[in-house]
Parts: sequence; structure tokens; C-alpha cells
Amino acid sequence: MASGLRRTGRRVVHAAVVTAFTAFAAFPFAWMVITTFKQTKDLLDPDHNPFVYHAPPTLQHLHVLFFETLFLRWVGNTLLVGAAVVAITLVLALPAGYSLARLSGAAGERFGIAIFLTYLVPSTLLFIPLSRVVTVLGLHDSLWSLVIVYPSFTVPFCTWLMMGFFKVIPKDIEEAAMIDGLSRFGAFVRVILPMSVAGVLTTVIFTLTLVIQEFIYGLTFITTSTSLTLSVGVPTFLVRGDVYFWGSLMGACFIASVPIAFLYNLFVDRFIAGFTVGAVKG
Amino acid sequence: MKLVDSERGLGRVLLAPAVLYIVALVGGPFLLAIGYSFSNVTVSSGGGSFVGLVNFRRALADPSFVRALGNTVLFAFASQALVVVLASILSIALQKDFRGKWLVRLLILLPWVAPISLGTIGWLWIFDPVYSVLNWTLRSIGLLGPRDWPVWLGEAHLAILSIIGVQVWRTLPLATVIQLGGLSSIPQELHDAAEVDGAGFFRHLFQITLPLVLPVMLVALLFGFVFAFTDMIVIYVLTRGGPYDSTQVLASLAFFKGIDGGDLSGGAAVALFLLPVLATGAVLILRLARRAEVT
Repeated sequence: MASGLRRTGRRVVHAAVVTAFTAFAAFPFAWMVITTFKQTKDLLDPDHNPFVYHAPPTLQHLHVLFFETLFLRWVGNTLLVGAAVVAITLVLALPAGYSLARLSGAAGERFGIAIFLTYLVPSTLLFIPLSRVVTVLGLHDSLWSLVIVYPSFTVPFCTWLMMGFFKVIPKDIEEAAMIDGLSRFGAFVRVILPMSVAGVLTTVIFTLTLVIQEFIYGLTFITTSTSLTLSVGVPTFLVRGDVYFWGSLMGACFIASVPIAFLYNLFVDRFIAGFTVGAVKG
Repeated sequence: MKLVDSERGLGRVLLAPAVLYIVALVGGPFLLAIGYSFSNVTVSSGGGSFVGLVNFRRALADPSFVRALGNTVLFAFASQALVVVLASILSIALQKDFRGKWLVRLLILLPWVAPISLGTIGWLWIFDPVYSVLNWTLRSIGLLGPRDWPVWLGEAHLAILSIIGVQVWRTLPLATVIQLGGLSSIPQELHDAAEVDGAGFFRHLFQITLPLVLPVMLVALLFGFVFAFTDMIVIYVLTRGGPYDSTQVLASLAFFKGIDGGDLSGGAAVALFLLPVLATGAVLILRLARRAEVT
């Protein structure tokens, strides 16, 4: 009896803890959704209960966002930069990851950690000299500046990720392919890469999310509104003067953040394994 | 013998492009940043010349720099202290299986996955001086009187609290998932043995679970600390360092000085003060990784 009571008590505490944390994490996003569909006069009345719709929901804010702002242009810019950075990252990180996993001997692991640690050098330390470099190269205000600079943080992380993926492929597979007459490089391209689709996909997703999240370089290198990416354009250019268009602003934030959250969620365990640098075994 | 040699050669060829790219775009600018901080280069000037420690001396004599240095340390320590406690509670709660767990996990990860600049705008609206949902809620449950009108981002101490809160919000998911990984790697036999010995919930927690998960917890803490320490996005979106520099941090000050103000060398000198902490963080992470390798 007493132990049953205790078990129920525990269950209630557990549910309360999980609910409280989920509410804390998700509230801003729920708030974005509620705000997006509210009429402005309903939003801007301090006497209204903000959780309730006092006037019918509206698509007005989304209409403004899609047709009267540069939002879609920024989505396009972001995807363009994303695609280019993914291509560069794959070309650099796949061979590097394979080299560290198989061809660099015992030093591979050490070197891999060193490469991973460059991911910790923050953009806040590098953006000042890089802004000068970008200007000297004549790339200020050009999306190319982002295409060139973003791989500096995607390549270290993805090299490290791919090293982990290649390591778990049994060595016999390449050896068999090489006995069948393929060179080492041929075995890598024709046998190992096709087996690593999951790893390559993970790399693509992480590169994309890192590109979509990046803010500081975008803010520093780009000043013309039509060349911005989402993460910079929304917070800087959707506010006209001192006027915040909260409905459209919240719609933009929600649309730009939730889809990648779903994508990312599919791969998050690999990502975390990368972060713990072997501190978690298995 | 020859085969091994050619393999090594191929290994170098495959590795070189990535390494060169990183050296050019991380190593190069890093050295440039150090160079700038000892020179007087500005956006409009040409090369600039060597001026010794002038920029550092100027920074240290500037009250807003001292304030920024203090805030950087305060925000990082306060937020990560909270994160360690909260992530421990949350990860233990998430270890149990329950219905809808995948959805809870997805929602809890949102703040980490969503672009920080956009998630933070959500908070900007929550902290709005007039239409704050936070104030409305506090008022309706009686925690705020009708005359109380806190302006979350407009009063220094409230702005500091708000920023620490948002930093906790955005780094908590990472720490939680890292710790979850650590928790699931504890062998079940240890839990069973504690159960058989009749250890209560808290005894079990403090004598078995937490000590075993400690190394992973430290990794999570270090990453969270580095991210919170070097961040300027939350501050840029919420307060721009205001009111009156009361929430300025090193990274944001470097941006306003170096990019907005055009004083590249002054900005670089400010940003360079991030380095000692970063270097310490990197060394600690390496040590932890090595210790995990040995055991």
C-alpha cells in the first residue's frame, strides 16, 4: 500500500519535472505560433489575455512576410549558400576523415582531435580579421564571402564525424576490394563511400544546420538587405525603424527554425557522440 | 614496406586539402587577429603600423571594457552553474521510458537546434516592455501588483537576469543530451546491485549515478561554457549591450568597436581577451578525452 503510494508519488513528480522543462524549452516557439496568427489590434492591447484569440485568427502577417518583405529572398540565399558549403565540406571532409581513420596510423586519432578542437575557435575571435580579408578580396556584400568562410567551421566538425563513421567499417571490406584489383583510392571511392550513405547524410544535415544557424559572419560581411541570409535578415531587417511587426517576425522565426529541428532530430545521437570525443564509451 | 609507404602518401594527399583550408581560414585570421591587436589598423587606413601594447592598455582603461569582461565571466559562470543542475535533473527524468518521449525530446532540443538569433527574437517579444506575456502572467497570478511594471531588458539587473535565463535556455539541451549519453553507458548491473543493497533514490543518485556520469558532465560543461563565453548573438538581439553597457560582453564590445566603429585593432584587442579561457577549455577537453582513452 505504502509502496504503491510512493510509486504514484514518484510518477507525479516525474511527470511534473518533464512537463516543466518541456514548457520552458518550447514556450518561445509556441508563443511564435500564437502570435503569427493574431490580428495586430488583438496583439497590441495590453488588457487582452495574450493566450486567447479575441479576434478571429488571420493570415495577414504571413501574407506580409511572403509578399511584402525579402523573406523568400533570404530563404533562397540561405539555401544557395547551404548547398555550396555542403559541396565544399563533402569534398574536403570525406577524404580527410578517411585518411585519419585508415591511412594515418596511430597519429590519426590525435590529429583528428586537433582538427576537432579548431571548431572551438569562435567566430567572435576571427570575424574582425576576416572582415578585412573579405573586403580586400572584393567579396564584401557577396554571398561568396559566406561560401568561402563557412567551411572553416563545417569542415573540422564533419571530418571528425566522418572519421568515426569510417572507423566502424570492417577493414576486410577494403582488403577484399583491393585483392580484386582496385587501388586503395578506388576502394575508398567505389566501395567505402557507397557504404557510408548514412554518414554522408549526417554530414549534409549538420553542415546545413550550421549554415542556417550562423549569425556573426553574416552580420559582418553582408550589409545589403537583398544579400542577407535568414538568421541575419530576420532580426535586422524585419524591424522597420522602431516598428516591430511582431506577427510577421514571429512567423518568420517559426518557419525558419522548426523544419530543421525535425531534420536534426533524426541525427542528433551521432552529433552528440561527436561532441563527447570518446568520453562516452560505445 | 612499399605498400605502407604509398598508403601513407595517399593518406597525406587526402588529408592535405582539409588541413590547408583550416590553416588558411582559421589559423591565418587567428594570427592576423593577434597582429591587429598590436597595431593601429582601422577600416579606412591601409596596413597600419606596430604600436605595442597601446590597444590593450586603452582597453583596460576603458570602463565599458572592464564591465564587459566582468559580464562575460558572470554570464558564463551563472548560466553554466544552473545548466549543470538542471541538465542533471532533466537527463535523469528523460532516462525513464514513457509515452511521447520522442516528442518531449524533440521539443527540449528546439532551443539548441533553432538558429539562436531567431529563437532569441522569441524572447525579445516575451520580454517586450508593454506587451510582455511574462508580465501579464505574473500579474494575473498576483505576483506583480497593478503598479509594478518591470521592463525586463531596460533595467540593468533585470536585463542581466534575462540574458542569463536565455543562455540557460539555449545551452541546456546540449548538456542534457550529452549527459543522457553518459547515463545510458552506465552498466545496468551497477544499478541492479544498488537496488539489491536497498539504496534509496538519493543515495543511489549521489553515490552511483552522479559520480559515474561526472566525466561526461564535465565535457558538457566545458562546451557549454565555451559557447556561453564567446557568444554575442543573444546580447546583440536582446539588448545590444545596453542599458548603458550593463550587459555588454567581450564579443559584443569587439563587434561594436571593430565593425560598427571601424577600429579594427581596438576590436581585435578586446576579442583577444577571450583567448586564455578558450585555451584552458581546449586543454581540459583534451585531458578528459585522454583519460577516457586510458580507462
